[in-house]
Amino acid sequence: MTGDKPHFDEMLLPDGSVRAPYSEFCEWYGAQDASRLRTKARDAENFFRRTGITFAVYGEEEASERLIPFDIVPRIISGREWARLSRGIEQRVRAINAFLHDIYHRQEILRAGRIPVELIARNEAFLPQMIGMDPPGGIYTHIIGVDIVRTGPDQFYVLEDNARTPSGVSYMLENRETMLHMFPELFRKVRVREVSDYPRKLRRSLAASAPRACNGPPEIAVLTPGIHNSAYFEHSFLADQMGAELVEVHDLRVVDGRVAMRTTQGYRAIDVLYRRVDDDFLDPLTFRPDSALGVPGIMDVYRAGGITIANAPGTGISDDKAIYSYMPEIVEFYTGEKAILENVPTWRCSEADSLAYVMEHLHELVVKEVHGSGGYGMLVGPAASRKEIAAFRQKLKARPGNYIAQPTLSLSTVPIMTRQGLAPRHVDLRPFVLVSPNGIDITPGGLTRVALKKGSLVVNSSQGGGTKDSWVLDE
Amino acid sequence: MLGKTAGGLFWMQRYLERSENIARLVDAGFRIALTRSEAAEDEWASVLTTAGVRQAYAQRYDKVDGSSVINFLLRDKTNPSSVLSVIEAARNNARLVRTALTREVWEATNECWMTLKEALRTQISDNELPDVLSLIRQQSAQVRGAQSGTMMRNDIYFFAQLGTFVERADSTARILDVKYYVLLPSLSYVGSSLDNVQWETILRSVSAYRAFRWLNPGETNPRNIAQFMILDQVMPRSLSFCASRMASALEAIAREYGGAGDSLHQAAGLSQELANTNIDMIVDNGLHQFIQDFIKRNNSISAQIEQEFRFYH
Repeated sequence: MTGDKPHFDEMLLPDGSVRAPYSEFCEWYGAQDASRLRTKARDAENFFRRTGITFAVYGEEEASERLIPFDIVPRIISGREWARLSRGIEQRVRAINAFLHDIYHRQEILRAGRIPVELIARNEAFLPQMIGMDPPGGIYTHIIGVDIVRTGPDQFYVLEDNARTPSGVSYMLENRETMLHMFPELFRKVRVREVSDYPRKLRRSLAASAPRACNGPPEIAVLTPGIHNSAYFEHSFLADQMGAELVEVHDLRVVDGRVAMRTTQGYRAIDVLYRRVDDDFLDPLTFRPDSALGVPGIMDVYRAGGITIANAPGTGISDDKAIYSYMPEIVEFYTGEKAILENVPTWRCSEADSLAYVMEHLHELVVKEVHGSGGYGMLVGPAASRKEIAAFRQKLKARPGNYIAQPTLSLSTVPIMTRQGLAPRHVDLRPFVLVSPNGIDITPGGLTRVALKKGSLVVNSSQGGGTKDSWVLDE
Repeated sequence: MLGKTAGGLFWMQRYLERSENIARLVDAGFRIALTRSEAAEDEWASVLTTAGVRQAYAQRYDKVDGSSVINFLLRDKTNPSSVLSVIEAARNNARLVRTALTREVWEATNECWMTLKEALRTQISDNELPDVLSLIRQQSAQVRGAQSGTMMRNDIYFFAQLGTFVERADSTARILDVKYYVLLPSLSYVGSSLDNVQWETILRSVSAYRAFRWLNPGETNPRNIAQFMILDQVMPRSLSFCASRMASALEAIAREYGGAGDSLHQAAGLSQELANTNIDMIVDNGLHQFIQDFIKRNNSISAQIEQEFRFYH
């Protein structure tokens, strides 16, 4: 899809002069030899390959491990911009946790009529098993990655709240390491806020949510679906950096009322499980009687206060795309304040009026599946052919409740390095948020994803997107 | 440590060791084929037997010829013991146990896989073979170097050591199992050029041709070779050396865990017996029987380790 609307360029002003946050970087960049920078960019790629920072692409035998392209031009956010952004993120995350607690307890928000009951009752992401359950420390979403896009100097929109098992934080960390390694002189010139203590903070944050049954220093483990999962690199990276065991379900079993992992010396109890598997694959006894996957009985242990599961089962109800459209109401309901970050206007196709509007305007809207992710199964109207639109119309008609639609936003751009010099490309930002009983911590910056194709608005790595190091200036 | 992790380390190391051993067998076979073309076909056949893939090969090819054997052993993905297959298996195990590896060891293993995958992508001609074989040696030496230089000497290291020596003992024993008859005194008459070639091949398949000659100047006879391959205390691929290293790795784990299991008893027993015997006794009691017995006991130690340290359940 091509953005022919004027877009906000984060580096350059309309008159071609450089915006303040980028001034030092541009000064440095102007003094660099282009061929040296290209060599460095190749070095970076080799470094990623050697380190094994790859993601698996499903269904492709040969190229089954791919690199996410990395662009060496950083995305720079001023201290002032970040301060506002992080206030908005914190407010939103606070509201999400309050919403989850409410929705699994008294459901005040439904009683108050602020969101329709059937949106919860008929939602697959709502887990009745969590009703009345109090997760250790009262925390539902220990780790959140909020997707944010920018359309103007002060316009930041939340595109999605990833409140289940957000990924990408390892790229944030490795991108910074790579930049430090390639251009140490740049970091002497520009003061950038640190991100490298994320794993330590993650560990501390998880430990602070240890369950009642924990006596002594909390035993933390990361639960991965295994080496064939697309995010396996990240799972092993985080376990390694935290000094936690990396387990799969077949390493786990319920022993004496605790979830325990099989070690060379017998079973050892786990206090906090940072799970990177979906709810469905946690406990076959509770969720999927047909499935052999999961740890039978883990939910009983959880309910009895024997383990902390991060994020809690059932958090998906808060980042569901249909719920998303109610986020401004949710934020206001639980914090008593107007939402600082804007929501993208959203048409819920389950509603007749909205559906009619969407059907009329498919060529200018983005239509997404309510439960979809990764950029799959969506229609980008302005970029779609007549035939694609017609085909999508049929799908919409068949299951309107499965879709939402949003206007195509004119995403901001940051330049990438090309053979012809710097060229603007559309970006988004995923900051990473940690929640513990001690408070909310947002790592300055996050993961910037960039659409490498000129004019493209799709930043997903599975669809040809790349990443950039994201800087928050220390000022 | 997770049982799965111990198992991953053990197998990662077995596969790495196996890749080197296969490369060595190919090297020794190729040497014979170059210098003694009339013996080539027999030699390639016994290389396949030693590698344990004679049947798998026969399913793919009608006749034994150097080029097919070389490609089958080095790069055929349908052969689970080809260098390409085992390097990939080693790397998959390394990914599985990534949190137990230092960055250096992981990167060396990953690079080994990337480099060899590229080098073994297309059919290997005789001209390229020596370079490819040295590349395999170099790459695994880099992994070994990273391990030796960066790993702490705790259970992680010792499970890896166990993998190395269980696999290596098995490999040396298989070489002897296939070639034991040329080491029998009754069949040998000193000076026969065929015997000389066979002896040289045995020594080359454990990369110890030169070492043997330094240790036994002018004394190349089957008894000395058997003694060297089975009982030598300093030759890093002898059965005795491997058994003794297995026992010490298991001892170190027992010290760390505060208790020993049956695997240590078995390995220490085997190591002790090898230290207390001599080559004449072995030959008198039957060399072939001895070797087969060793292979069985080595397998049993491996199975006991797997069970005792809960690799799978």
